[in-house]
Amino acid sequence: MAERCAVIGIGQTKHASARKDLSIAGLVREAAIRALDDAQLSWADVDAVVIGKAPDMFEGVMMPELYLADALGAAGKPMLRVHTAGSVGGSTAIVAAHLVQAGIHRRVLTVAFEKQSDSDPMWALTVKVPFQLPVVAGAGGYFAPIVRGYIRRSGAPADIGIKVAVKDRQNALRNPYAHLHIEDVSVDKVASSPMLWDPIRYLETCPSSDGACAMVLGDESAAQRAPSPPAWVVATAMRSEPTMFAGRDQVNPRAGQDCARDLYRQAGISDPRREIDVAEVYVPFSWFEPMWMENLGFAAEGEGWRMTESGATAIDGDLPINPSGGVLSSNPIGASGMLRFAEAALQVRSQAGEHQVDGARVALGHAYGGGSQFFSTWLVAAAKP
Amino acid sequence: MRDVAVVGFAQSPSVRREDSRNEVEMLMPVVEEVLAESGMGREDIGFTVSGSCDYLAGVPFSFVSALDAVGAWPPIQESHVEMDGAFALYEAWVRLQHGDVDTALVYAFGKSSPGSLRDLMALQLDPYCLAPLWPDAISLAALQARVLLDSGRITEADMAAVAARSRRDARDNPKAQVSGDRPAETLLEEPYLVAPLRLHDCPPVSDGAAAVVLAAGDAARRTSARPAWIRGIDHRIEPQALGVRDLAHSPSTARAAQVAGAGRGPVDVAELHAPFSHQELILREAIGIDGGVAVNPSGGALAANPMMVAGLIRVGEAARRIHDGSAGRALAHATSGPCLQQNLVCVLEA
Repeated sequence: MAERCAVIGIGQTKHASARKDLSIAGLVREAAIRALDDAQLSWADVDAVVIGKAPDMFEGVMMPELYLADALGAAGKPMLRVHTAGSVGGSTAIVAAHLVQAGIHRRVLTVAFEKQSDSDPMWALTVKVPFQLPVVAGAGGYFAPIVRGYIRRSGAPADIGIKVAVKDRQNALRNPYAHLHIEDVSVDKVASSPMLWDPIRYLETCPSSDGACAMVLGDESAAQRAPSPPAWVVATAMRSEPTMFAGRDQVNPRAGQDCARDLYRQAGISDPRREIDVAEVYVPFSWFEPMWMENLGFAAEGEGWRMTESGATAIDGDLPINPSGGVLSSNPIGASGMLRFAEAALQVRSQAGEHQVDGARVALGHAYGGGSQFFSTWLVAAAKP
Repeated sequence: MRDVAVVGFAQSPSVRREDSRNEVEMLMPVVEEVLAESGMGREDIGFTVSGSCDYLAGVPFSFVSALDAVGAWPPIQESHVEMDGAFALYEAWVRLQHGDVDTALVYAFGKSSPGSLRDLMALQLDPYCLAPLWPDAISLAALQARVLLDSGRITEADMAAVAARSRRDARDNPKAQVSGDRPAETLLEEPYLVAPLRLHDCPPVSDGAAAVVLAAGDAARRTSARPAWIRGIDHRIEPQALGVRDLAHSPSTARAAQVAGAGRGPVDVAELHAPFSHQELILREAIGIDGGVAVNPSGGALAANPMMVAGLIRVGEAARRIHDGSAGRALAHATSGPCLQQNLVCVLEA
């Protein structure tokens, strides 16, 4: 690649179940303006816009980027729209980073959003025949059997999912942008919440949110002029595999393993558990924390739950996972991946406020989508690569 | 910039209604054909990216199932744009600039037959102020044609001449859906569909798929005797609201053509994604294409217009003229959005 790339501006909305105060254009502008303000740049400083979101059925607008072009200051500029299912927020940021790294643009605005209150996401997530067998139970119904498979294979104690939920919901109390702020969250409260898709309880499930996230990515000269410390993009990686075929391991998918391995190889990381300081990992259902710990190579297969149980993934643990509160606390689906990437960048810029991890220098952002089949990751660092 | 070339192109026939095959079944033979033409196996592809739109089939994640057409195992590096495949090709070109990947497969599919495309396109409009009124795609194009006619720069006969030429040229294109040899004068005797547009001024509703293989540097030279090198590629967007745009001109096309270096030399052939006849005339002026250039020898989008595919086909058709030696420099254009809102220009050279 020709150029280095850094995150020089970050913005996100206050996420909520329904942002009835804003149109879709208003929602994306709230995040984009905050990112531009953070970088002390104006719309005119942006060379191109890369926007991502999950299925258009969520808002009922076909290719909404067309209608959003002027709201995002893209008139007369290149604008790309990425859609890679739940991983889209991450892959959108990666496409934007590539535009900078390839030397095509110097400053790129990347935005991801979802305004889920405009429709019924449960319905919109249910793929119909002839494309797939009808599950008609949304994402939770799809993933619950995979979680059960993990518990059976690993022998994890039954309360691991509850522990993840309590931790992420407590972390969210430190994040003013998080959708869910459950002040009295406790093990008992999560354990006594209704069972939705066994073994996933109500409070072990992500909410449905309206929200957006935006970042300004710049080349080295833009990063040098930026008012705040840049988060350098050290490596990016994406992998995809088909939804179903005989023998496919959906608990520990190979695409996720390959994606992580590729990321670490690019970054020269041999011991990710030790060399990475903090990770924002896409955990829409509590049990995906231990599952992704193994998939990302932070723990040996079957051992990921021990990281949760020992407190290693807590905000004061040796590898804090989702100090922002994660997807469990805010889930505008199209933006959820970019929020992970942006929160990782906030950490290495020491700008995460109350949920800042002390001494975070290297951070991982992770997103996945589809039937645990699309993965996008990036590694950002305080030090220039 | 790294030298990147189109080394393979394949497309399905465009048909009004592909009843018996789903998207994966439409794509599989196209992917097989483009890989065979490029002398590659699936394992030789470094990056895969596709273009499609969920709303055509009315199903979320239709691109997820389509992944089966490329056999993504072991897991592949892959992306998708909710745009025409020409924009997926742009993402592939960006990806190839990195240097760690030398080849890319780009595919696009669109099956418009399950719905009423003309009405469906209204869902692209401002969801608060415009979409609830359901202005259909042909009516919006008619507004644009009226603005252009009123400017005095073209006549309805000019539009009919574009349609007559496109249909005549399409007779030599076995993938085309509409062809014929009626002269422009008799086309003008047809009634209006939505004035000032007649049926022949409008594209057919098509189902179809296409794929392109890109390769960088030596990988391109190894796989193709005459690679179509991408010498420039750029795309630009305009605000959508019709009231703030000059519909008789296409400044986004002009800017993209300028950045892509279209004017740095004469082109032998131009494949312009003009779904409506008058749009070809707007695009010619925006790019600066004179009378000596062969425009849309494939018949263009007036002869076959699979949504999300027709732009990628323009790149493929332009590249094919380089591959077969009939052109030394070619231009391809793709559009998206109502009334030429977003435009991509790609300049290819032997």
